[in-house]
Amino acid sequence: MAKVDLSIAIGGAAGQGIATPGDILARIFVRRGLHLNAYNAYQSIVRGGHIFLTLRTSEAPVLSFGDKLDVLIALNQDTMNRHLNLMKPGSSVLFNKDKIKPDGAATGVQLCGFSVKELAPSVRGDLVQNTIALAAVLRLIGVDFKILEDILTLQFKRKGDAVVKENVGVARAGYDYAASQLKALPITLPDTGKKLAFFEGNQALAMGGAAAGVRFYCAYPMSPSSGVLHWMARHARQLDIMVRQVEDEIGVINMAIGAAHAGCRAMCATSGGGFALMTEGLGAAAFMEIPVVCINVQRAGPATGVPTKTEQGDLWQAMGAGQGDYPRIIVAPTTIPDCFKTVPKLFNLVDKFQCPGIILSDLLLSEGRSSVDPVELDFKVSIERGEVIGLNGATPPLNGGYKRYEINDSGVSPRALPGTLGYEHVVATDDHDEDGVLISDEYTNPHKRQAMHEKRMRKMEAILPLLDAPKLWGAGDAQVTLVGWGSTEGVVQEAIQKLAAEEGIAANQLQIKWLVPLHGEAIVSTLVKSRKTIIVENNYSGQFARYLRSETGIVADGHIRKYDGEPFMPHHIVDGVKAILAGKKQYVPVHEIMV
Amino acid sequence: MSLTTGEIETKSSVPPRTKLPLTIKDFKGKAEPDWCPGCGDFGVLTAIKQALVELGVPPHQAMVISGIGCSSNLPGYISTYGMHTLHGRALSVATGAQMANHELKIIVTGGDGDGYGIGGNHFVHSMRRNVDLTYIVMNNQIYGLTTGQLSPTSAKGMKTKSTPAGSVENPINPIPLAIAAGATYVARGYTGQVKHLVELIKGGIQHRGFALIDAFSPCVTFNLENTHDFFKQRTFKLEDKKHDPTDFAAAMKYGYEWDDEIAIGLFWKRDDLPALDQLEPVLDEGGPLARRRLGIAPDVAQSLIRELM
Repeated sequence: MAKVDLSIAIGGAAGQGIATPGDILARIFVRRGLHLNAYNAYQSIVRGGHIFLTLRTSEAPVLSFGDKLDVLIALNQDTMNRHLNLMKPGSSVLFNKDKIKPDGAATGVQLCGFSVKELAPSVRGDLVQNTIALAAVLRLIGVDFKILEDILTLQFKRKGDAVVKENVGVARAGYDYAASQLKALPITLPDTGKKLAFFEGNQALAMGGAAAGVRFYCAYPMSPSSGVLHWMARHARQLDIMVRQVEDEIGVINMAIGAAHAGCRAMCATSGGGFALMTEGLGAAAFMEIPVVCINVQRAGPATGVPTKTEQGDLWQAMGAGQGDYPRIIVAPTTIPDCFKTVPKLFNLVDKFQCPGIILSDLLLSEGRSSVDPVELDFKVSIERGEVIGLNGATPPLNGGYKRYEINDSGVSPRALPGTLGYEHVVATDDHDEDGVLISDEYTNPHKRQAMHEKRMRKMEAILPLLDAPKLWGAGDAQVTLVGWGSTEGVVQEAIQKLAAEEGIAANQLQIKWLVPLHGEAIVSTLVKSRKTIIVENNYSGQFARYLRSETGIVADGHIRKYDGEPFMPHHIVDGVKAILAGKKQYVPVHEIMV
Repeated sequence: MSLTTGEIETKSSVPPRTKLPLTIKDFKGKAEPDWCPGCGDFGVLTAIKQALVELGVPPHQAMVISGIGCSSNLPGYISTYGMHTLHGRALSVATGAQMANHELKIIVTGGDGDGYGIGGNHFVHSMRRNVDLTYIVMNNQIYGLTTGQLSPTSAKGMKTKSTPAGSVENPINPIPLAIAAGATYVARGYTGQVKHLVELIKGGIQHRGFALIDAFSPCVTFNLENTHDFFKQRTFKLEDKKHDPTDFAAAMKYGYEWDDEIAIGLFWKRDDLPALDQLEPVLDEGGPLARRRLGIAPDVAQSLIRELM
């Protein structure tokens, strides 16, 4: 039997209550063991505007929010006007016909106009349309009413029996309306018998931090990174994590540095604008050789940009963050569950190499939602703190004084935690000698400066072998190799499946996660065999393409780029591959959905 | 609580094994100060060392954190733990360090440009948070290290390299600002009176909360107006006026006095407000955060996962 692949969208204005039905649907899906991918297109507005939540579910892993919609719930006329013309035959559109008029639906689209006045005559307020529509949708996909009844009962329990009764009654009316008036979808939502979980990328990053042993988290609120702060704040007391909201991002990174130097694993998250303010601090962390992890959840820039829209536009900012050369690690997780796994791994690296680590997420990952098998959420991660004197009580004997920045082959000198007897030293953002004494002012010495600079920078050499090299996904011998980085992994894979199934084009994928240091040799050895290399990225200038060329000399055959604020949909990449195979050098898809 | 990984056996604090009693030599730094001969900052360095000796704080239990500027070189000249951070950011770093290890005695040092200028935002917010640290600002009313430009505390009309015709801006007055922003110990010293300064610093270190000590520290090279002579003629001690540091109105009145008579001493002190670390439930028990075991217990991990199902 063919697998179910169901997409439901809910659209309306901010404040119309889209999140709750979305959450209920997501929970119903994952509790049946179905996979989920959800993306919420929204605007920087608290009330009004247009919010469009897409939820897609299947027995198979869901790689992106997809190309098509089976069901649209339009909560206002604006949603109807924006999306009805995109609905394909076989799909259904639910709306309150008392207030919303459909215009221009394609033949074969089932228009499910229900009357709130008739179905819920005694209930006041507009939110009731959400409950009716949700119940009707569940009927259309063959979900038993009892499941919704239980969820509503739990949700409204604390408001009293009357409220429970009213909501369940309204839902029942919607469910019965669908049963008697509507044609059900040709699917019955399966139940695999196994339960999955689901989370947002920001939750995954925060939980990864908790697993890694983060004891200090600080941030300044900034979309789309605030979800990390919210999770951390909610769990701070349970998990013994100090969470601080700081006056600005300059304060954030420096506070994290202070906590990290004193011995905590310290993390912070922001978006591009806040990251810009942090850059001098990141250089300071590297220079004082203090490990911190900073997450940049990219949004469409520059400046305030488009605060609620996605982009992969900060790669160069991360690579060039701050003045001068300094060792740093930059990683872009490729899926939402990968966000969880990346954080502990990065902490072990930055602790070992005493340098800052930067995670490049983006709005698509951080505010997107994904199902995850609970067994994948392994909190029993290995925690490696590197060489830290004073952390475990015992201190090694001092032979002629402690040299915080001792020059050695690895470039990593044991650090001593403040409070440890006998190891008093100064860490400085001025360049310094092995003992921490400044060589920037009175004692300037070019030879020492050179030696210290080389000591710091050579730490990078030992990092690369510890990072997983990117692996080719798909058939070895393909017509096209699609190269992406970070969050585009899923959508590129789905495009590859579509290319094979619908266009007869064999493509494979090389997705890059660890960006600095870069596995240049491994990438070259893969891409020299590629018949056509196309780089896919969510920015204007091809930041990764330029970086790849500078590191490896590889010049891609074609580029698929998108910088309208919305993420790629699979067909955008399919169209791009076809255009490039037909001779185009660069393809920029036009986003069809006005969100 | 059982632990999954990363088990680290730690003691909540290392008992001091330093030879007692401490002497000022125990705090001698690795480098000699490179300040100009006659710089007021020498007085602050001496006063901090003396205060630590008199309070019996051993070198490893103190951390001196600075920003950038002539005076911010101070951590290199004293043997404690030290951080010489970015320009204007010392208070942020210090707040993080204090939260991570609230058993350390944290002293932040810097200049007026560093603290009241580029670090002004952190200055205000650190005070309202009442972070338990002692902040000593070596106030010379000029940018010295950059060779003599206007500072936030330079007097109106002052001629500097960046204001050759005289400044038209009003200066910051750190004393009323600190009182208004929520600092719970606000004092002013003068490096020409080191003994007095030692007492103010001792009081600041012993105070549980944010202590500001603005210290007149004349720049002998670039500020030829606010000189030792200038301060010697004008300063008087608040103690001599029987000032009550719990009297808000009097503290503000003395804080605003400038022209002919300039007060030094303790303007403002209140002990009824807990410091930030005392308000943090995470620090209620278990010792410094920095020394706690890492890892999530399996039952806690399960509860976190259940939230997602």
